[in-house]
Amino acid sequence: MSTNIKVKDTPFKPRRVPGDIVFAVVAVAFALFLLSQLGSETTWLKGISLGSQPRFWPAVSIFGMVFFGLVYFIGSLRNLANQEGSVGKEILFWLRGLEFTIWFMAYVFITPVIGYLFSSILFCVVLAARVGYRSLRSLMISAGLSVAIVLLFKTFLQVRIPGGTVYEYLPDGFRNFMILYF
Amino acid sequence: MDVLIAGLETLTRLDVIAALMVGSICGVIIGAIPGVGPAVAIAILLPATFSMEPIVGLTLLLGIYGSSMFGGAIPAILINTPGTALNALTTYDGYPMTKAGEGKRALSLAYSASFFGGVFSVICLMLLTPVLAKIAPLFGSREIFLAALLGLVLVIVTHRGQSIIAAFLVCFGIFINSIGMEPVRYTQRFTFNQTWLSSGIDLIVVVLGLFALSQAFYLLTQKDMQSKAPKLEGGMFQGLIEVLRNKRVAVSSSSFGVIMGIIPGVGEFLAQFFSYMLAQKTSKSPEKFGKGSPEGLIASEAANNAVPGAAMIPLLALGIPGEALTAMMLAVFYVHNVIPGPQLFSTQPEFIISLYLALLFLNILSLAFLLLSTNILLQIIRIPTRFLGVGILALSFVGVYSLRNSVIDCAISAVIGVIALVMKRLNLPMVPIILGMVLGRIMEIKLRQSLPRVDHVIDFINRPIAFIIFMLILLALSLHIWTMFRARFRRQ
Repeated sequence: MSTNIKVKDTPFKPRRVPGDIVFAVVAVAFALFLLSQLGSETTWLKGISLGSQPRFWPAVSIFGMVFFGLVYFIGSLRNLANQEGSVGKEILFWLRGLEFTIWFMAYVFITPVIGYLFSSILFCVVLAARVGYRSLRSLMISAGLSVAIVLLFKTFLQVRIPGGTVYEYLPDGFRNFMILYF
Repeated sequence: MDVLIAGLETLTRLDVIAALMVGSICGVIIGAIPGVGPAVAIAILLPATFSMEPIVGLTLLLGIYGSSMFGGAIPAILINTPGTALNALTTYDGYPMTKAGEGKRALSLAYSASFFGGVFSVICLMLLTPVLAKIAPLFGSREIFLAALLGLVLVIVTHRGQSIIAAFLVCFGIFINSIGMEPVRYTQRFTFNQTWLSSGIDLIVVVLGLFALSQAFYLLTQKDMQSKAPKLEGGMFQGLIEVLRNKRVAVSSSSFGVIMGIIPGVGEFLAQFFSYMLAQKTSKSPEKFGKGSPEGLIASEAANNAVPGAAMIPLLALGIPGEALTAMMLAVFYVHNVIPGPQLFSTQPEFIISLYLALLFLNILSLAFLLLSTNILLQIIRIPTRFLGVGILALSFVGVYSLRNSVIDCAISAVIGVIALVMKRLNLPMVPIILGMVLGRIMEIKLRQSLPRVDHVIDFINRPIAFIIFMLILLALSLHIWTMFRARFRRQ
């Protein structure tokens, strides 16, 4: 029986896995970078109590990040020998996630150009094909899903998504209809 | 009585009824799909609810929140995969029962226990309302600051074995909240002279990145999960009687759910865990736990479903969300300028009663829906997970883009999604970031409000409630440090 979905966000899964050390290094480096910028990126005003200073909360959070990041990093170092699996493979897996970020951003960029309806159909069908659903039935279901999403959110719930530039080329009445509902 | 009638009147409005039904049914369905969960659904729907009236939007989100755990029991019991992370303990006894040919009995028990827990928490909520209405006004800015601090401390210490990284992530959440123009003196903080950072990073952008986009990326990068639910035979109503027969377990577990739900930063998992342990310790047949014990199943389901109602208490009474889902709901309050907190009980009591009643009805609706449609819902479990990923990504776009039609918001959300994907792979918690953002904001505002009234640090805790909360903070920290040292001592 497959159990790919594991319990996340629970207090009872404290094991450390490959890649943990990389995360710890990046976390500490990021915290130290923020610490180096604290003086220039926040303001200290004269005659105001410490708790009301604009710098107070960024400073509290950054010092906390540095401290806890360093403790976590030390813990990762100490656990390095006990970790099974390849760090390189894990990082490659993370990078695979970036591909879908590009897909998502492409969807964001084409929507104002070709309109929400067409961009959604294109996005769902092509992405479904990319991840392996290439039968006509799967592609039809993907297109149906995208149309359902557009109908629910744009047509019915009227969420704020602008009409596409290509709608400008449509006849007057139809153009307004498309901008309003699709 | 007048308030109750006014609350009922609100609930009979057509738009509220529609929101309640859609929320309850969608919540059950979403809960039944492994890999989606209420956090993803609420994050996606959040911007869409901003155009609705607060009671309609909140009823919809509450419906999803409260009913998802009903649905989450289905895959937990039938295919050993919890529909939501909060149904994890349900697999311990639910799946062995399925293997023993008692799948339908297990489902019936889970639905009935969830119903019991849900109704129990609403009753507690209603009984507590007069007390809350009296206590809530005693919370001034100092007390709310300390309560928010207590929430942060608890969210750190309850992540046992991960408290260091939870503390780091809480601080990270506070930092994200501090980016942009500071609200009192209007100075810039960590904007790096970029105009797009001046307005800060929106909570919803972060929420969608952390919960929805990351889940889509996670599903898309995994292999499809092959799961087939077994055929179910037998009646669906026997569980109701069986839960009543085990009322001791049901009541104690629901009580744990209520208590854990009220305490900010603790949540469902601890409620389940403690109630399961107690049920096992007090059972006449503890050896059956983990092998198909009906008591174990009742304990975990009654406890987790008692939490949503109770979690509304700190949110409504103090404006302090105890976990990620109520933190998202807080956004709906803010958008509509309804400020949850002590005043809400005196100014809009009918609003609060409507929410309570909505919680009650959503439990009834969810139970009825499940008793009649479980066989249809079994088909949902079979949706391929990568296909779900495509759907979640398309839905996430609506959530982020419809906020401000901003490409930058989408880019920030996508980056946060990748960070959260890495965190998922490393089994790191994400809730501390959200609570850090929300509670960090509350703490900043309340600290500033209280400072002019404080001459010395000790004045912060010179009022009874402030002193009690402060002592609770010290107690939580002391207990945590003590258990850490004890664990280390035992290892050595």
